[in-house]
Amino acid sequence: MFLDALAMFIECLTTKNLALGYFLGMCTFLVLSKRVDTAFGLGIAVVIVQAITVPVNYLLYHYLLREGAFAWTGIEVLAGLDLSFIALITYIGVIAAIVQILEMILDKFFPPLYNALGIFLPLITVNCAILGGSLFMEMDARQGNYTFLKSVEYGVFSGLGWSVAIVLLAGIREKLRYAHIPNGLKGIGITFITVGLLAMCFMCFSGIQLH
Amino acid sequence: MATPKFKTLYDPVFNNNPIMLQVLGICSALAVTTSMKTTVTMCIAVVVVLMGANIVVSAIRRFIPGSIRMIVQMVVIASLVIVVDQFLKAFAYQISKELTVFVSLIITNCIVMGRTEAFAIKNNVIDSALDGLGNGLGYSVVLLVVGTVRELFGMGTLFGVKILLPVTEAGGWYYPNGLLVQPAGAFFVVGFLIWVVRIFRPELQESE
Repeated sequence: MFLDALAMFIECLTTKNLALGYFLGMCTFLVLSKRVDTAFGLGIAVVIVQAITVPVNYLLYHYLLREGAFAWTGIEVLAGLDLSFIALITYIGVIAAIVQILEMILDKFFPPLYNALGIFLPLITVNCAILGGSLFMEMDARQGNYTFLKSVEYGVFSGLGWSVAIVLLAGIREKLRYAHIPNGLKGIGITFITVGLLAMCFMCFSGIQLH
Repeated sequence: MATPKFKTLYDPVFNNNPIMLQVLGICSALAVTTSMKTTVTMCIAVVVVLMGANIVVSAIRRFIPGSIRMIVQMVVIASLVIVVDQFLKAFAYQISKELTVFVSLIITNCIVMGRTEAFAIKNNVIDSALDGLGNGLGYSVVLLVVGTVRELFGMGTLFGVKILLPVTEAGGWYYPNGLLVQPAGAFFVVGFLIWVVRIFRPELQESE
């Protein structure tokens, strides 16, 4: 149990890193990684949203969308229903709604945090790392043997992986300002190559197996 | 064909390419380019969704209240993506398996949302269709280049057909560069591609 969680933690942080392994959330990843503090704020926002949306989407998938999901109602007509084709539109709706609600709650009860995260929260709705997290969760859930606890773990860890990557990149880019870079590579070009090197380092962990 | 119409189609492919110049929609450009088969499938999917979304949004633009236009666009795009996704699952199951979640992720591709928001919402249907097609082609051109480099040098094949004979075979001489098929390779290829483009178009260079 604990080993499983640890294995997932390491995987989500390294080889299955949403940003460096699957290229998710790249637009925000590249644009908002110029400074460490911005990157850190965005990172925290992603962890929070991911930790909430993945489990919620898992519950929706498990009890409403998957084939035979309505079996718990005991109604025979509903039991054969397979709504998984609308999963996509459900997830994106859930994500938008949760981000909106989170914004209101933070505004009301934790104003300092709201002020710090304020600008990043709306951006997260269109961040593909969040939607991607839910879709990967669905892919794993399809294989069977998936639990609610697992979805919570996956949500938190995958969010963490993305955040670690963006904070690291921001640290490197702050130092890069003092480097001599060919004119054509300045800005976005050198960022790509830096991210490539980062991705290479992260992939070195692919030998680790805890099972 | 009238010149402005042609420009709507032509501009996003060369002069204002969404990936190279605006750095939008990068996620899928990096993820699906490991082989040409998935690359071409993804290009077609994106062109269809972009054109479709632009046409639909432009056709109903007078009936969308300004305050909820984002949600309307999102629903239009999501519906189109579901159609494409289901179509691929029905007729090209193997490829749709390889593409995993990336077809679904066209929903959050910034190019699609960007074009409906910036163009389709205030232009007529024909122009919007051309704009969608142009941007889709602009996206495809870059993807095809990246895909060709990665598959050809990463595995020595194109569309699964052996082009460069690998050393493991009789008469083979090419040692496939596995790094290019890895995620890191994608970043390098796009990074260097941007460099090459900016050498020929110095006005695009950033001064940081």
